[in-house]
Amino acid sequence: MTIDYHPNSNFNKRLVTFKIRSSKLLNIMWRQRWIYLLILPTVIYFLVFKYGPLWNAQIAFRDFKPLLGVFDSPWVGFKHFEAFVTSFYFNQLIGNTLIFSVAKLILGMPLAILCAIALHETWLKRFRTFVQTTIYLPHFLSWVIMFGVLLVVLSPGNGLVNDVIKRFGGEPIPFLTSPAHFRWVVILSDIWKETGWSTILYLAALLGISPELYEAAAVDSATPIQRIWYISLPGILPVIMLITLLRMGHILEAGFNQIFVLYSVPVYSVGDIIDTWVYRQGVLQFQFSLATAVGFFKGVIGLVLILIANKIAKRVAQQGLF
Amino acid sequence: MLRVRTRDAIAFQIGVAIFLSIILFIILIPLWRVIVTAFVPLDTYTREGIPFFLAPWDWTVEAFRQLITHSLFPRALLNSFIITGLGTIISLLLTIPMAYGLSVKNLPGRNFFMILILFTYLFSPGLIPVYLLITRMGLTDNFLAIILPPAVSVYNTLVMMRFFEGLPDELREAAALDGANEFQILWNVMLPLSKPIILTIGLFYAVYFWNEFFTPILYLNDHDLMPLPVLLRNILISASFNEYVEYDAFSSSALESLKAAGVLITMLPMLAIYPWIQRYFTKGTLVGGVKE
Repeated sequence: MTIDYHPNSNFNKRLVTFKIRSSKLLNIMWRQRWIYLLILPTVIYFLVFKYGPLWNAQIAFRDFKPLLGVFDSPWVGFKHFEAFVTSFYFNQLIGNTLIFSVAKLILGMPLAILCAIALHETWLKRFRTFVQTTIYLPHFLSWVIMFGVLLVVLSPGNGLVNDVIKRFGGEPIPFLTSPAHFRWVVILSDIWKETGWSTILYLAALLGISPELYEAAAVDSATPIQRIWYISLPGILPVIMLITLLRMGHILEAGFNQIFVLYSVPVYSVGDIIDTWVYRQGVLQFQFSLATAVGFFKGVIGLVLILIANKIAKRVAQQGLF
Repeated sequence: MLRVRTRDAIAFQIGVAIFLSIILFIILIPLWRVIVTAFVPLDTYTREGIPFFLAPWDWTVEAFRQLITHSLFPRALLNSFIITGLGTIISLLLTIPMAYGLSVKNLPGRNFFMILILFTYLFSPGLIPVYLLITRMGLTDNFLAIILPPAVSVYNTLVMMRFFEGLPDELREAAALDGANEFQILWNVMLPLSKPIILTIGLFYAVYFWNEFFTPILYLNDHDLMPLPVLLRNILISASFNEYVEYDAFSSSALESLKAAGVLITMLPMLAIYPWIQRYFTKGTLVGGVKE
């Protein structure tokens, strides 16, 4: 296509500036061509392995037939979403998921803050390093290993806890298969595993508090408790708020790996969460569309929550999550 | 911090030390119990169960011997090493260039690529769409099914990007003036300066792949491909004598001991690299990574 130049035409002036700008842009892009080449494999990776699943997710709105494939399966709109929301397991799944994530947050967080403050306060430097090294360790153990540890501690036959119960004349409790105890096992084992690791962020925040504040407190002969209450805690409050918001954004993540390893048929009613249900419906029962709809539902709510959390964080803590 | 040794302060210090000791014991006692269970001899076990303390001369490695000589064990160990090694290398090869590219501020389209990866961090359609993708790609019974879907962590990419951004621009410019292209800049200038961050993130990827057990259960049906955590899980859920544990009336260690020994063996490589990881995370390398 040829373009006639009429210097007086406004349109052509804009066209010329556009051409100059775009040629500048092309110029910069050409100079950065190696960078594009460098990131190309990762971009392709993202398109295939992260956006490929997104494409497949449309089966949430279709009746997926493996023989027809994703794109040719019949369109059914929100049928699967309605089926899920109105089903009797909806309340149970949402309930269990929320109970686990909220309990882990509410019980785990104060303990982590307390540990961080204790580590920050202690005068025994070697001891502090030793405690830190030890309490970070469980974070790196997989839930399969944790399952083994829990069996050794909780099994009705030879578990440590049941040995103690038996010594005091009680009846051994099958913690992992008893609906009355299973939730506590899930919540407390997660706290045992992750509390130490989560002290890192609080500890970093504590170390960031200006030493002058503590010196002033010492001059005013503040008691240790006053020092913690009036300096340490307010000092790490922004971090506490940020982490709480982040966790609220992930409130539907109740810990799939943990539940998957620990639960069994007798405790499904108190242990089943959205993710484990999606796995069973989709992979084991071949209800691909229904399971995808539930996963999609969870993903959308998660996205909305994290965006809200980010907005609040920006307003309250003057700092976004991402 | 200023230390004023008043009586109150010392009483408080004692309180703090007691609190930390209690926490320490809560972490250590279950681990100690695992160790004792793994090393307890069968006759002690049948006589009195698992004692809290075991006399030094009573420790036996029988459970470990039985486990290591098990027919499935060497294969599972090898599989775990392959998955961990290959997974870590692929992850780093995909993460480092992306992090470097995104750290170039005047790259046209940088925001587009940023949004491209951030969106996948914020929204996930769940397990089934990934499962369909992997199975339809024909990756069942292939280690790539375990390695590829989680290969790039957006979080790690952003942490590494922040690190590259922190390196002085003059380095790049000087190298570019000397006629180096971006590959050479990344390889010869940036990477030698980024050893700590690459090591840290590499170790986190390695820990992830070593621990992974769900996707192997999902995608690997062939027993010969089973990695160690899956073998461990099969041993742990075997309530009685079955194919996973060659345990019979003549076995020289208790089923509990075998389970505990399995736990310890699976933990061992983690414990071996733990001091390496720890060296870096105490420096706060990974704190405040995701922040735009």
